[in-house]
Amino acid sequence: MKKRIFSLLMVVSILMLSLAACGTKEDKADNNKDNKQETQDDGADKFYIGGIGPITGAAAVYGQHVMNAAQIAVDEINAAGGINGALIEYRFEDDVHDPEKAVNAYNTLKDWGMQILMGTVTSNPGKAVKEETHADNMFMLTPSGSAPEVVQYDNAFQVCFTDPNQGKASAVYIADKGLASKVAVIYNSSDVYSTGIYEKFAEEANNQNFEIVSAEAFTDDSNSDFAVQLQKAKDNGAELIFLPIYYEEATLILTQAAAMDFKPLFFGCDGLDGILGVENFDTALAEGVMLLTPFAADAEDEKTQKFVSAYKAAHDGTVPNQFAADSYDAIYIIKAAIEKSGVTPDMSVSDICDGMKDAMTKITVDGLTGAGMTWSASGEVNKDPMAVIIRDGQYTSAD
Amino acid sequence: MSFITYLINGISLGSVYSIIALGYTMVYGIAKMLNFAHGDVIMIGGYIIFTIMSTMGLNPILAVVISIILCTLLGITIEGIAYKPLRRAPSLAVLITAIGVSYLLQNIALLIFGAEAKSFTSVIPIKPISLVGGRITISGETLVTIPLCILIMTGLTIFIKKSKTGRGMIAVSEDKDAAILMGINVNKTIAITFAIGSALAAIASALMFSTYTNLSSTSGAMPGIKAFVAAVFGGIGSIPGAMIGGILLGVIEILSRAYISTQLGDAIVFLILIIVLLVKPTGILGKKIQEKV
Amino acid sequence: MKAQLVKMKSQVQKLNRSTRSNVITIGVIVIAYTICMSMIKAGNMSNLLQNLLVAMCYYAIMAVSLNLTVGILGQLSLGHAGFMCIGAFTGAFFSKIMVGTIDNVLIRFTLAILIGAAMAGLFGVLIGIVVLRLRGDYLAIVTLAFGEIIKNVLNVLYIGYDSRGIHFSVNDTASLNLEEGGMVIIKGAQGISGTPRNSTFTIGVILLILTYLVIVNLINSRSGRAIMAIRDNHIAAESIGIDITKYKILAFSISAALAGVAGVLYSHNIATVQSTKFGYNTSILILVFVVLGGMGNLRGSIIAAILLTVLPEYLRFMRDYRMLIYAIVLIVMMIFNWAPACVNWRKKHSLKGFIDNKIRKKAKEEA
Repeated sequence: MKKRIFSLLMVVSILMLSLAACGTKEDKADNNKDNKQETQDDGADKFYIGGIGPITGAAAVYGQHVMNAAQIAVDEINAAGGINGALIEYRFEDDVHDPEKAVNAYNTLKDWGMQILMGTVTSNPGKAVKEETHADNMFMLTPSGSAPEVVQYDNAFQVCFTDPNQGKASAVYIADKGLASKVAVIYNSSDVYSTGIYEKFAEEANNQNFEIVSAEAFTDDSNSDFAVQLQKAKDNGAELIFLPIYYEEATLILTQAAAMDFKPLFFGCDGLDGILGVENFDTALAEGVMLLTPFAADAEDEKTQKFVSAYKAAHDGTVPNQFAADSYDAIYIIKAAIEKSGVTPDMSVSDICDGMKDAMTKITVDGLTGAGMTWSASGEVNKDPMAVIIRDGQYTSAD
Repeated sequence: MSFITYLINGISLGSVYSIIALGYTMVYGIAKMLNFAHGDVIMIGGYIIFTIMSTMGLNPILAVVISIILCTLLGITIEGIAYKPLRRAPSLAVLITAIGVSYLLQNIALLIFGAEAKSFTSVIPIKPISLVGGRITISGETLVTIPLCILIMTGLTIFIKKSKTGRGMIAVSEDKDAAILMGINVNKTIAITFAIGSALAAIASALMFSTYTNLSSTSGAMPGIKAFVAAVFGGIGSIPGAMIGGILLGVIEILSRAYISTQLGDAIVFLILIIVLLVKPTGILGKKIQEKV
Repeated sequence: MKAQLVKMKSQVQKLNRSTRSNVITIGVIVIAYTICMSMIKAGNMSNLLQNLLVAMCYYAIMAVSLNLTVGILGQLSLGHAGFMCIGAFTGAFFSKIMVGTIDNVLIRFTLAILIGAAMAGLFGVLIGIVVLRLRGDYLAIVTLAFGEIIKNVLNVLYIGYDSRGIHFSVNDTASLNLEEGGMVIIKGAQGISGTPRNSTFTIGVILLILTYLVIVNLINSRSGRAIMAIRDNHIAAESIGIDITKYKILAFSISAALAGVAGVLYSHNIATVQSTKFGYNTSILILVFVVLGGMGNLRGSIIAAILLTVLPEYLRFMRDYRMLIYAIVLIVMMIFNWAPACVNWRKKHSLKGFIDNKIRKKAKEEA
């Protein structure tokens, strides 16, 4: 009985808590409205841009880069006077790389007053959130959710390449340059990004002049020992190993391949970008690794330099990866689409979306991850991948 | 030839599991609790070594020693704050608290060290040796881990069988109340058990991250679960069992990946575990407990 | 007349204590439901909370069903999410195939729930036969192993559907050999996407109440008493002729089937489902609900499930510290709920204890 009283007390307290939370939220919303009205008098209204991604858990690094880089872009735009005079209000919510939590994050942002979504960072959550944005007709631009399903509806656009695109481009590049005739693949079968690229790569390989001699997988639960996968590639005489995976596992693969004295050519996609930034990683191991990526943190151009130094300054020396670059671009793409369409913050979410999705197909953006980016109505980006090769611990252009 | 290579890889992976499983089984055997936070203590140990060795640039041996001391303190603190109040509560309550501690450690590590993956430098200076004209290589880490594992196993067995504290531990594990009547300080004994378990975690972290160099806030979780499986495999509570279970698990994992499927490696490992437990319900070296009405 | 009333009153008072408690629980659920619905109607509820309502229902169903295994049958299971996974995938698979065939949403969804539950229950029986001869931590590890096997197998499973029927593969989409226009339904790591979103709060609450009734009825039946006898002393139970294996499997498979129901509700709530969601972490999360709510205490499970589903969302204002605070709250709640010292302290300071003391004192004085 005591237990029951205790649990009842708990229920009451949680109810009070949630009601209180609701209360404060409504107050806040009202405040926002008041603020909006007040600021409108000054002629400066605000766009509410929300972001969703993992900032805790195993995928935290990607979400944190996106969150931080977008903040830099927002601060720059606000310092320069905003978009058409309207400042940006930006908030990022955690989804722990889980579709269910991503929908919760989306609703939290909606309660906050979000008008435009810059998210999600990863693909699986994106597949759940796209249903929500579609139902609400909210404009959605994902920096790095690369599965084609994420942009299934007409209100969603991508900054990054889709996975099939990358798989195909990689196969074509390997064949065109005659890099190898026997290719092995090591991919992560529990990851959407990795399987997406691998499937298209394997399909395209049939049309090209090389042969896939071994395709071995690993999973998130066993991502530390790659002895078997490497041994199979070695036994089958692979000259090139295709790694459509993220750089954390790639560091282990490179280390273990070196330990077994196996030196094929390694070729990866944009997920490998960041490999030189892993703290304490022996970059000599990455010598000669090739990757198709739209971004490299030590590119010479002024834009990249400026962004990288701003990021490093704000986050004690951390080198931004490709996710950060995509996210930085995403904010500027949103800016360009708003300017093109002429939407204003006082419009409804749905009207903003209609205006922006129309504008998206008309704009051309020069960003960190590509010059002259354009979009088709399907939501996919058109930009050129850049082949990069690692030489002397630096990313250098391979062409 | 590739079979032997796979076998050696399996033993290398298994020896890492063994050394983690030793800590698991130690705590389980005495305190009768599944310490789900064990894997995360390993992760913390890894960060401590990394910080001292790579960021501060000190000697690896010194780093390992400091890590052992700090992890021991951490283990005692966790036990004192989170587990001790629940000494007489149902064992499930303690299990859930351990899970809470596991979340806590992961998130503390995430906040302190950030989400960026770190690459661990091996603390073992021994070069790999080549056999059969270079077709088989055994890494220095494996060369160190296995003897060390046997050494720890023997040491622990002798400590428990011969020393006064060790026999106190056996008494506590058999019957807490009777142990109290015999004048054994149960709280102190369990605290010592946790101290030893955490010190083992620190050693395990040095060896594990030397072999698998990727360090992040979640890198202790899965090895922890696998080592738990290994401990059960060998018969939980049995110290030699933990070592045998660990090695077997590693070998089975690598061989099933090599000859059946890389995607389903884990599924096969778990399937074999189930079969072994069905044949021998208390694991390979587990004692059969006769139940009385 | 008066005599009759007095008799009735005493009857009500005599009414089985557990029945009364069940009526209260269901009453509270219904009242909470009505309040929520009226709040939604009036537009007073935040989007977040509205969206969480269904999640609360399926997590509550998960907690109640696991409580049957852990609290009533007394066997520790660490693979409960595996059954949820089977339910989620089977239900979603059925709905995706039948979306064009059965137009009536209610019928289709009901069938999906039944099929999901049946499939999960079937796996419950199969796994139960294998594992239930083990006990304690060994059983726990084997259930964990089964949960992980289910997750890993679904992770590489590809199922497609075309005019020639259903195709399976464990490699990739290409090896399904689908005809033009064939549809890949389960896509390995990508799971199932685009499931019709049929789960609503009303359906969730109905299913929760049904789950609750099923388990309560089981507990109060002959089988239920047998199951609890096994929990309390399996040797004694065996000696009085209770078929231990049969009752263990009965409880285990019902628990699995109900987890399957929760799974169907899950997959029809967020439109996409991947097997990675159902690893041991989710199983443990559900176990946390059960232990926090009290083993064998169904009402407690529901409350704990609701509480811990809402808590992380309302901790969002803590930003980076959110999961850290969640972990601390979890530890503190466990200690507060279970530590003997805290239990005694609560006894002394609880309202009931206070009143009891007063009454006792008064009785003493009067004496």
